[in-house]
Formats: sequence, structure tokens, C-alpha cells
Amino acid sequence: TMSRWNHVTEAPPDPILGVSVAFNADTAAEKVNLGIGAYRDENGKPWVLGCVKEAEKKITEQILSGKSNLEYLPVQGLQDFLDQTSKIILGADSAALKEKRVSVVQTLSGTGALRVAAEFLSIYNPGTVVYVSDPTWTNHISIFKKAGLEVRTYRYLTKTMSLDIDGLLEDLRAAPENSTFVLHTVAHNPSGVDPTPDQWKQIAEIVKAKNAIPVFDTAYQGYASGDLDKDAWSVRYFANELGIELLVTQSYSKNFGLYGERIGALNVVTKDAAAAGRIRSQLNGIIRPMYSSPQLQGARLVAAVISDPELYKLWDSELKLMAGRITAVRTALRDALIEISCPTPSSNYASWDHIVAQIGMFAYTGLEAKHVEILQSKWHIYCTKNGRFSMAGVNLKNAKYIAGAIKDALATAGPSAA
Amino acid sequence: HNLFVMSCPAAGTCSRWGSVPMAPADPILGVAVAFNADPSPKKINLGIGAYRTSEGKPLVLKCIRAAEQKIVSDPTLNKEYLPVQGFEPFLKQTAQVIFGADSPLVKEEKIAVVQTLSGTGALRVAAEFIALYCPGVVYISDPSWGNHHTIFRKAGLQTKTYRYLSPTMGLDIQGLLEDLSAAPVGSIFVLHTVAHNPTGVDPTRDQWKQIAEVCEARKAVIVFDTAYQGYASGDLDNDAWSLRYFAHEKKLELMVTQSYSKNFGLYGERIGALNIAVKDKATAVKIRSQLNGIIRPMYSNPQLHGARLVATVLADPALRKLWEKELKEMSNRIVDMRAALVGALGEIGCPPPGAKFSSWNHITSQIGMFAYTGLSEKQCDLLTSKHHVYCTRNGRFSMAGVNPSNVKYLAAAIKDVVVGPAKL
Repeated sequence: TMSRWNHVTEAPPDPILGVSVAFNADTAAEKVNLGIGAYRDENGKPWVLGCVKEAEKKITEQILSGKSNLEYLPVQGLQDFLDQTSKIILGADSAALKEKRVSVVQTLSGTGALRVAAEFLSIYNPGTVVYVSDPTWTNHISIFKKAGLEVRTYRYLTKTMSLDIDGLLEDLRAAPENSTFVLHTVAHNPSGVDPTPDQWKQIAEIVKAKNAIPVFDTAYQGYASGDLDKDAWSVRYFANELGIELLVTQSYSKNFGLYGERIGALNVVTKDAAAAGRIRSQLNGIIRPMYSSPQLQGARLVAAVISDPELYKLWDSELKLMAGRITAVRTALRDALIEISCPTPSSNYASWDHIVAQIGMFAYTGLEAKHVEILQSKWHIYCTKNGRFSMAGVNLKNAKYIAGAIKDALATAGPSAA
Repeated sequence: HNLFVMSCPAAGTCSRWGSVPMAPADPILGVAVAFNADPSPKKINLGIGAYRTSEGKPLVLKCIRAAEQKIVSDPTLNKEYLPVQGFEPFLKQTAQVIFGADSPLVKEEKIAVVQTLSGTGALRVAAEFIALYCPGVVYISDPSWGNHHTIFRKAGLQTKTYRYLSPTMGLDIQGLLEDLSAAPVGSIFVLHTVAHNPTGVDPTRDQWKQIAEVCEARKAVIVFDTAYQGYASGDLDNDAWSLRYFAHEKKLELMVTQSYSKNFGLYGERIGALNIAVKDKATAVKIRSQLNGIIRPMYSNPQLHGARLVATVLADPALRKLWEKELKEMSNRIVDMRAALVGALGEIGCPPPGAKFSSWNHITSQIGMFAYTGLSEKQCDLLTSKHHVYCTRNGRFSMAGVNPSNVKYLAAAIKDVVVGPAKL
């Protein structure tokens, strides 16, 4: 007899996660994973930060000695973590924090924060149209749609992989009043192309003029440049200098290497301290029917590191190490391409310098699906069809191999059309 | 037009969220807040449903301590993302725990399983799946865990109730069967696998058989909420009898949510699962892909630690045995305290809570974390304000908060609110 769910169809594989599945199935020794955005060390291995290992030992010791337990967290999360996390993103001297105008909840990393934000906006800013960059992280669109919001795009990239600031400003200017603008705080995913401070100022002008709600998605604070303050410049400018009300999501997946522990936060910065308290109660009202309260371990790890001066110092040095290695392999790949006289992806590109100009986890190479197909099937190099490379998968051992493969793919399939 | 007009007390201080109201306090969590604020040394917390030792302390199970030690000492473990569906070893084991290791459904891979944030997370994912693929009216027992209604409504579904309790705190099986039989075909029925929350009143096996008949006749979408497997009777198989009967003997397709909060004491690590048992493996595969499609825009993938803890215990025969021993210890302590409270009430001649009751025996016949005492809201308020005994206003006691040191004080407090102040 037939299942009552016979009508359920198989969902298409997630474009990003599907890459890892394919990579894992590949048995070739020379395979390279440039798919998922997770840091890898010089030998291509996952890396658990030293500060995290130390924190983990401390936390386990406290549980085993009976000093701490595994009871439910409050709906909003671990208080120590909450106190620290807003300071990390807004700066300890932020007026908004001092005046208690920030509502913060612990979330399941960035995705969880965005979903809670989306549900909050769908209730308290109903009808707001959400603008995301074209391109953006694909899950942005799914998340806001799930909350019942309309999603549109704003232009982001020129044909030569730089910021299309004119297109961006035009599209935001044309948005309705009270729209929501999803902005990448630093290290834009997937392009690695960020606005300059002057360009951020131009964006801020439009936000003010349209009374728009900025949602700053922060997945790479500290990971991008190695400097936590520098990487938070954009959101701090909006919140602290201009006093614009905004939402800012945080992920500790990359900058703490805590991918699987799902730890992040949603901060709502308001003009009104009383509103902040009420907003927090409503954020809790969204969390309670989603998963009741968040999990302990990730929050404890982050709180333990940030609140311990020695561990904080170690974290800071490990951030610089990761950011430094990524910067180094960008240069290594660009140089390897030059060495073998690899043509650029198309006549739009004068060079491969965009790989070095971009920042953060990803390089938006300018390669297309037809090249990606060859990279995968012939060279066992895996990345998403949009030509996005996770630079963490590149190291000094495989940079030349990758360069050779790119040259071959361009020779076989011709230049990119765009 | 924005429904929420911004309120501007003064120029420049106008928040776009000025009219966001304060959410009402959650009745269950509010009890813990009030308890913590009370300075009285006599205070008793019968509010939140978390196990306490006989010294009134939270408990981290020994098998969990061992698992924590193992995990922190294992240099091969990293912190990479789990797949959307969760930790593979955990997924295999969790289905076996609830359906039984020898379940044909498990062996034939006819169950779509995803790791979730404990029971709440499993229910929410289930609710969203139902809203997409088999929407209908959701029937929830009256009373039930309050969050049930909120969760299903958030997914856009309408909720109704089915009768559950008789006036003397037994199961109103006739009312239950009548209400479910009157539900539209294809409705969703939320059933408590064991240790009903908040009443502790469970159907007998014969009554479960009657309920299964109605579920089949109404072609209901069955959701078994399992928060107390092993915690209720100390026996994992015994506590899973209801859903196993439905799935294996009646061969009904059904959904089962699992929480490891109580039976593993992993409250704060938020670890559970959603199982959807179906007639064929291909459908299970498709369903699992859609469950992943629900999880991805919610939090991308679940967290490592809780899943590793459970999987570590279940994979190690010695730790598994230790777990089962600790389950019996927790369950036995609760059973003992039920008897102790009824005994203490009898010792001081405390009359039952109302005219409908002939005794306090409902406290010992109920099972699991909670006792649904039959005390009124007024009596509960007085218990709190006069005697510093904290419980939810529906007269629900978390029996884990009762211990040999406080049971006589508790009995005296109950007598005081039932009969009025003692005459000097």
C-alpha cells in the first residue's frame, strides 16, 4: 500500500553543501575542496583553535568537578556570552551599549540569527521588502522567504569584479520606504568585494533617506583582516557614529572555528532603551516555539575565551594567523597563474588581481559553470558553479596544480561569457 | 502601510520599534524566575521540569561525565559542520532507541530521521513539514504542554483540543475517543508517548489500542511527542510501547519526536530527533531531503556537542548499561517521592483537593516528571505566597523538586491551603 506522503518529492541538493558531498565521494589523491567555506590549515586539514582547546578543557573540568551543570539556558541564551558578544561587534565603548539600547539573543550561528531577525521583521515591520545583493549567500533568500517576506536584489558587481557602487546606490534609492537592506559587514560572500569606507558612507545616506532597516550579516569579523575592530568598521559607523537603528547578526563559525557548535547572536540596536527590553521579550517569543532555548557548549566556549585575557590574546593571534594564510595563498594562486601565463577569465579582466583584491574566505574567480565542470571532472577540484573558490582550500602545495587546472579549463571551454 | 506606528517621545529618540509591546511572561519559565528571587530558606521549586537529586541539586549523569571526558580527550575530533540532518552515528542510534534495535522499520530504513534541538526543535520541524505536505487541524490534549499550541500555530496551522482528563484526574477515554472521532479525516493528532505533560496520566495499553483504531479510521497524521522515554518507568522499551504498537503492529505511518533533555539530563545541550516512519524506503529518503530543506533556512545544521555525548554513551556497552542504571535510579526516586508525599498527606490527615476526589492516590497513579494535583489556582497562589512553594498555577508539581527533607513541609503547606489556616 502507498504512503500518505507519496506526493513528497526529493529536494534538490543544496548547491553549496552538495559540493562537499561530491568531494567526499571522490577517491583521487590530488582532489582539492574549494567548496565549503571552512578554514583549512597549510596541509588542508580542519583546525581547532588553541584558545578553543584550552577553553574546552576548562569547561569540561568544571562539569566533572561539579562546578557547573547542564541545566537549561534562559531563552535568550548564556548571559556571559550575551554580555561579551555585543561588545565584540559594536565595540566596548559603543554608546548604544552603554545606554542599554541593544537587544541581544544567542542564536544558532549566523543562519539562526538571520531567521530570528526575519521572523521579527515579518511581525513588526510587516510588508517590508528585503533587498539582498546580487550575488549573495543563497541561503539569505530562503531564510527571508520562509518568514513570508518579499525578496529583491540590488546590483553589486561590475563585469570586472569590482563593486558596482552606482548600480547598488541606484537600486537602493529605488526601494520603497522602510525596506530592509541586507548588507555584508565585511568579506562579502561570495565575491569578497567590500565597499570602501567612502562607499559605506554613501550607502548610509540612502539608508537614512529611505528610512531603511539595515541587517548587517557578520560572518567574518576578525577572520577577514585579522583585526576585529577593522572588520567591524561598517556596522560601527552606522550604529555608533550615525545612530542608525539596525540589526546585526554574528557568526562565530569562522573566526572561532566553531562551525559545528552553531554559535552566534542577533543584536537589535535601537534609539530607545525601553524598546530594547521589549524587543528582547519578542525575540524570545520567536525562539521559544522554534527550539525553546539555545545550547550550552558553543556559548560557553566563546564566553570562556573572550573573558580570559590570556585566551583572548591567543584568539587574536590565531585570527591573524588564519587571515594571514588566506592572504598569502591569494597571492600564491595569482602568482602561479601569472607564472604559467594563464589567460584571464575573459576580456573583461585585465589581470587575475581581483583574487588578491578580494577579502575573506572566498575568491569570486570569474570562472563559469562550464569551467567548474572541467575542474571537477578532470582535475578533481571542487567548487560551486558560480566560480566561487573557498581560498581556505588553497595552500602552497596545491596552488600550482590549481593554476594549471584553471588554464586547462579556460583552454578547453573558452572564456567566460559575462 | 506599516501597522506599527512609530512613537516619538522627543525629536531624535524616535525608534521605529517604539510600539513593540512587551511579550507576556511565559508561565512555566516565570515560576523559576520568581523562585530564584525568593530569599526564604524553606522555598521549594516544583516549577520547572528538570530532575533534582534528593539533595535538591541538578544532576549530571555519570555516563555523561564519562562521555565528556572521552570527547575532550579525543585528539581526532574537530568542530566541522555536521550535515544538515545531523550526526550520522547519532541518527542511527536514536531511531533504534525509540523504535527498538530489532524494529523492521529501522532495518528496512523506512524512517526519515533528523537531529533536532531537543523536543521543541523536532516538533517545529514536524509542524513545518506538515504545513507543507499534509496541512490540517492539529488536535492537542486539554491540557497539554503550552508550547504545543504555539509551535503548530507558528507553522501556520490551526489547533484544537481533545478531552483528556476526567474530573477525578483519570483519563477521560470516552471524551478523548469522541473528540478524535469527530475530527476531520487527515487531521493531525498530537499524542504523548508516555508520562503525559502536565498530568502524568497515560492511557492503558487497551486504551492505546482504542486510540489507534480511531487514528486509523480518521487517517490521522500521528505525532508522538516523546520527552520521557526511560525516565518514566526506568525501562526504555516499556516507555515506548505506545508508538511501537502503532508502528509495528498496526503498521501506521507516524511521526515521533524525541528529547534527550530528561532521560540523559542534557537539558541545556538541546539534543533530540524527529523520526518519520513510512511505508517504504524511497519515501523516507524524499522526506528526509525535505526535512533538510526546512532545517537549512532555520539554522543550517545542528550542533555537535549534545549529539556526540548521546552517541558516545550509546556506542559504548558499559556506558549504555550505566545509563540504563541511572534511568532506573531517577525514575525510582520520583516514584518514591510520589509515595512519600501521599504518605505524608495521609499522616497529617490532609483531605483531598476537592469534592471530586476521594483520595490523593492520583499522585501515585500518575507517572513521570509531573503530578497534576488538582489544587486550584487560588490554592497554588497561596502555596507560593504563604509557604514559598513554587509550581505552575494549574496545580502541576514537578515531583523532581520533592525530596525526603522537604516532603513533610510540603504536605503541611498543602493541608494549609486545602483546609485553611490551622487553628491554634
